[in-house]
Amino acid sequence: MTNTTRALLGATALSVVAMAASAQDTTLTIATVNNGDMIRMQGLTENFTSENPGIAIEWVTLEENVLRQRVTQDIATNGGQFDVMTIGTYEVPIWAAQDWLLPLDNMPAEWDQADFLPAIASGLTADDKLFAAPFYGESSMVMYRKDLMEAAGMEMPDEPTWDEIKAAAEAMTDEENEVYGICLRGKAGWGENMAFLTAMSNSYGARWFDEEWNAQFDSDAWKNTLTDYLELMNTYGPPGASSNGFNENLALFQQGKCGMWIDATVAASFVTNPDDSNVADQVGFALAPDNGLGKRGNWLWAWTLGIPAGTDAPEEAKKFVAWATSKGYTELVASEEGWANVPPGTRTSLYENQEYLDAAPFAEMTLASINAADPKNPTVDPVPYTGVQFVAIPEFQGIATAVGQQFAAALAGQISAEEALANAQNLTQREIDRAGYGE
Amino acid sequence: MARAITPQRKALNTAIAWTFGIMIFFPILWTVLTSFKTEAQAIADPPVFLFFNWTTENYTTVLERSNYFRHFWNSVVISVGSTVLGLIIAVPAAWAMAFVPGKRTKDVLMWMLSTKMLPPVGVLVPIYLIFRDIGLLDTKTGLVIVLTLINLPIIVWMLYTYFKEIPVDILEAARMDGASLRNEVTYVLLPMAVPGIASTMLLNIILAWNEAFWTLNLTAAKAAPLTAFIASYSSPEGLFYAKLSAASTMAIAPILIMGWFSQKQLVRGLTFGAVK
Repeated sequence: MTNTTRALLGATALSVVAMAASAQDTTLTIATVNNGDMIRMQGLTENFTSENPGIAIEWVTLEENVLRQRVTQDIATNGGQFDVMTIGTYEVPIWAAQDWLLPLDNMPAEWDQADFLPAIASGLTADDKLFAAPFYGESSMVMYRKDLMEAAGMEMPDEPTWDEIKAAAEAMTDEENEVYGICLRGKAGWGENMAFLTAMSNSYGARWFDEEWNAQFDSDAWKNTLTDYLELMNTYGPPGASSNGFNENLALFQQGKCGMWIDATVAASFVTNPDDSNVADQVGFALAPDNGLGKRGNWLWAWTLGIPAGTDAPEEAKKFVAWATSKGYTELVASEEGWANVPPGTRTSLYENQEYLDAAPFAEMTLASINAADPKNPTVDPVPYTGVQFVAIPEFQGIATAVGQQFAAALAGQISAEEALANAQNLTQREIDRAGYGE
Repeated sequence: MARAITPQRKALNTAIAWTFGIMIFFPILWTVLTSFKTEAQAIADPPVFLFFNWTTENYTTVLERSNYFRHFWNSVVISVGSTVLGLIIAVPAAWAMAFVPGKRTKDVLMWMLSTKMLPPVGVLVPIYLIFRDIGLLDTKTGLVIVLTLINLPIIVWMLYTYFKEIPVDILEAARMDGASLRNEVTYVLLPMAVPGIASTMLLNIILAWNEAFWTLNLTAAKAAPLTAFIASYSSPEGLFYAKLSAASTMAIAPILIMGWFSQKQLVRGLTFGAVK
């Protein structure tokens, strides 16, 4: 090979590399969690990049708690490591107030913002601007074993009360055969036992704070909430429940060891999947219980896609968010993996789609559960905060995890319910005073 | 005179040693076994030990979903790079403290060790901001620097301990024979300290390979090593234990194999000077 040929080949190779580089001149780094819907989205990335040849995607998938710490640190320091972040309904209002997120304005008309479920969209909106797009939404509901209820001669109403739940738990408990009437979250953490207990307390008329930011754990409503929770779990729950979170209860339910499980609506697709669940064809659904006070014990959550204000590629990031949260994406997932696998709980049109309703027997109950939650008015009495199973203030994660540890200790029998509530009251008031709320 | 050990006592000691060995190794064995199960078998109650339908599907899924080899390469560069850089700094430092000690040498050694007592999260934000400003976030160079600094006290301490075991008379003899400082270190000290340096190097590679706090916090997509690869398979909402186990097995396999082949050097180095 002559030197001229070598030079020509080299120049050609360089040109090809240069052309490839200019064709993909923007790389979006997207931080997300390892949940089934997000993994599916990663698998479909090529559909987006083929429609948008100038944009490449780099995924950073992390465990939820690691992700939360990582993206918070990056956005708070304007680190600029991510162009799109997967964040929850807890972060969106706090970050929007700090001007850390770009508002999702000038989105394409076919994105149809008005189609998002009002309950979900309201938690992501500040000053009439949407600051993150919901990717999938969830509430919580009762999942129960129809065969066990039938054997006990009982019928689960669509809108049960806590007394009816207690009666059903008692009837279905069969400890000799390792069947426990009810499985609930017991593991300490603001997103673990406190998500459930805060939502449950709403239906008992309890609240975290009154309008002057005074902690309310010394109220009768909280006492009744915790007493009933402990009674349910100690009498009809599985052993070692204080270390059970979503995954542990999911495993128990799928193995047929729970009569009822009150948890995220997203679990419905897991427990009805015959590949993983021994009781797939025996699962019924009902709304989360109430006490006749006008609020149910269900939460409201959405994993959303937000764009940090420090991104170098806001327009490209918006294009991706518009694609991943569009009706077209839903149809793409349906065509590739079936309607039962489309991300639920974000769009009204999905719940008007007969194909989806036929494929997902839990769809109507999921929608009813989402609609039953109101993040702007989460409690019976008025409160100075938004959020159903959380208080949308930065201090909440730390405070609620500490309170969750007290309640988990009560469930493990290490302290009494009264002690747990007294400790919760003291630590919550101390921290909220330190933070300067109510001054 | 050697103490007589009865066969029964020997058998008992062996049994105790095996029991402890199996207990220590069992979590790793369980992870490997789980990686060959289906997700349903991974959570089966009672757990299935060996008699299940073995599948490599989890490995296929993990390899399809993630760029394992990029994470692997990042881990190699970061752990080897930080170890080599650490040794380049630590060998002269340990030599100086072992053979030319000053009045404050012990204080300096204690001060170096005290930096390990500070919780890393205490300096996370300052380091993050510095890295942001000098463009080292999500770079292998940045992680090599951080991991070198973090492990430097351990490297210096280990090398100092090994060097102290080498009789200073040998070095003096070399000097009297006209050896320069460089020749003294290169041809006399280092060959004698090879077992110690090798074990320090191996231990440091293992520490850097397994480091998760800094590698998770200072990387995003480009420089993320195998610790980030494992973290991407942990999920609080979904049972993916079999896939998580497959990812964990793939992440620990290289360092496990390296440790297995170098265990003789590792043990010899760690017990260097224990018996005279």
